[in-house]
Amino acid sequence: MTGSTERMTGARALLECLYREGVDTIFGYPGGVLLPIYDELYNSDIRHILVRHEQAAAHAAEGYARATGKTGVCLATSGPGATNLVTGIANAYMDSIPMVALTGQVPSSLIGNDAFQEANITGITMPITKHNYLVQDVKELPRIIKEAFHIASTGRQGPVLVDLPKDITTDMIDFSYPDKVELRGYSPTYQGNLQQIKKAAAEIEKSSNPVIYAGGGVISAGASAELMKLAEKIQAPVTTTLTGMGGFPGNHPLFMGMPGMHGTKYANYAIQESDLLIAVGVRFDDRVTGKIKSFAASAKIIHIDIDPAEISKNVKVDIPIVGDAKWILSHLLKYAGKARSEDWLKKIDGWKEQYPLHYIQPVGDEIKPQYIVEQINEVCPDAIIVTEVGQHQMWAAQYFRYTEPRTFISSGGLGTMGYGFPAAIGAKVARPDKVVIDVSGDGSFQMNSQEMATIVQNNIPVIIAIFNNGYLGMVRQWQEIFYEKRYSSTCIRDSVDFVKLAEAYGALGIRATKRDEVRPAIERAIASGRPTLIDFIVECEENVSPMVPAGAAINEILDLERKE
Amino acid sequence: MRHTLSVLVENRHGVLARVAGMFARRGYNIDSLTVGVTEDPTISRMTIVVRGDDEVLEQVTKQLNKLIDVIRVSDLKAEDTVEREMALFKVSSDVSNRSEIMQIVDIFRARIIDVAPKSMIVEVTGDETKIEALEQLLRPFGIKEMVRTGKVALRRGAKGVSS
Repeated sequence: MTGSTERMTGARALLECLYREGVDTIFGYPGGVLLPIYDELYNSDIRHILVRHEQAAAHAAEGYARATGKTGVCLATSGPGATNLVTGIANAYMDSIPMVALTGQVPSSLIGNDAFQEANITGITMPITKHNYLVQDVKELPRIIKEAFHIASTGRQGPVLVDLPKDITTDMIDFSYPDKVELRGYSPTYQGNLQQIKKAAAEIEKSSNPVIYAGGGVISAGASAELMKLAEKIQAPVTTTLTGMGGFPGNHPLFMGMPGMHGTKYANYAIQESDLLIAVGVRFDDRVTGKIKSFAASAKIIHIDIDPAEISKNVKVDIPIVGDAKWILSHLLKYAGKARSEDWLKKIDGWKEQYPLHYIQPVGDEIKPQYIVEQINEVCPDAIIVTEVGQHQMWAAQYFRYTEPRTFISSGGLGTMGYGFPAAIGAKVARPDKVVIDVSGDGSFQMNSQEMATIVQNNIPVIIAIFNNGYLGMVRQWQEIFYEKRYSSTCIRDSVDFVKLAEAYGALGIRATKRDEVRPAIERAIASGRPTLIDFIVECEENVSPMVPAGAAINEILDLERKE
Repeated sequence: MRHTLSVLVENRHGVLARVAGMFARRGYNIDSLTVGVTEDPTISRMTIVVRGDDEVLEQVTKQLNKLIDVIRVSDLKAEDTVEREMALFKVSSDVSNRSEIMQIVDIFRARIIDVAPKSMIVEVTGDETKIEALEQLLRPFGIKEMVRTGKVALRRGAKGVSS
């Protein structure tokens, strides 16, 4: 414990703890049991962003965390406030994003009595948090908050929830903040085993068809510089997963784009023909591996990950190296020499030429969604791109060249529609210097469109780019391919005028219906410096291509581009 | 294949729910689970008997270790472990067969801990096969109720799970 103690309420102590953890922003929504905390926030230095639905608070905290690497913080009241956070917490858990979720709870004496606005949120979130706490004594509060931030931000990062009964926030405490945490059941491994690293280095030098398969772990570990050095030194091509986008420069000659279901053909072919797969901060998700038995079947696999439970969970690994990706890659760099990959790289370049990502530009002036992504990329290559979930998400991953980590923010594991807009709010609050664009679909946007009020009230100039095709496009695509175009409950055309919606909130609304209106719309949105929504009316039945059908091997990849 | 895991956990509320929830969520089967405090009152020991091949066991162990409240997980090998279970059997009995049951109880070095006009309660401690053998022999008399504790186990010799 440090410093002299001061007597204060639990609510005041909570803010002291947050202040000491370097928290500058909280995304939240008040409620009955949170009154003592909100009263303290009233004249606090910590910025509180009032959202319009608690789900948005959780996503915004995650967007903030992804844009900065800092732990995001959200706050919701007991009962429905807490349960509304659940989707956002699950999302952060699936994508391993550091977050502390604070929830109000009914007074201790009422817990278990089915009191007004009571929900057992620690029970509900047990399987979707890295850890959670119910504070039972105000004296425990500083230790618990210290531990919560420590657990969220170290090892394999993730969300931690702290449930705060109302009486805890009004009870008095002689406050002092602990210097360090003592958790005998928790000590993540950071330094990789050198023997394993040397073994990996030897395999690299023997290999003729190496592939680096990198994911979100590279970004969490801040290891993108080491990854690039390693790829260049050993001369191995690199594919990054959806959550790994930006972990390796999209314009680098060794870059192959994304693997898996909507990955590039050449990334998938390369994995399938590789003799050595160097997996870094990935978890062999089914959207990447396709049919697991045929995934990289002839390759030895090196798996670098901070979570030992990921090793050999989905595929059998030959050389596991548990630890921090940055530490391990920087050591691997010392030992590994060049692979014998000259012919291999030529072969991949051949595939890149033969099977590029492509779409067919219409003869008329209709807007292809891929074209919008390319135009956004040209106008603002340094933007932070946040996405919702669906076709637009895949196009944003395929057609934008991310050159820096933390510039692509998307819901990977959980696939949460409605994630992008609030996450973009969090990203813009964290990085006001950056252009932040929510690449959205007309379906996803409507899942959290109420947050227009948040960006207008707080003047957070996020740009929402709706790829409006009048469909829940990804589901429609599957219905087209696998259900004979029986578009069951996927048509949402003409249900809302998005420009008027934006204007109703006091935001700028722009509509683009022709190809030559795309670029001016983007430029106008950026120049305005205001919260802006662009309604891009796009080809309604464009498909995401290429595509690996569910259950197929990833080299069984189909072209689905729509001709005139 | 069955494994006996000795798991040291923080002696805190909610720990059992975390462990049981992890097993349920990931689809692992628990044959038995016992929990009780250890020589250190802040630590509880769970003895979990789990069914699965080596890969399942590896995942179970790793997922247990991921829980913040789990301090240590050990897979106890039968050859260097002593394990015991206790069972209580309430057996139908009267004057006509009471001595016959008492003979069986003696052979098993079990004990009779309650006698009533129409029933008696037998207490037995031992490994699983012993308890099951006794159950087989008592069944013809009529087992009205029975309860088993699940397995508890310790590693043999001076070296423990916590050291």
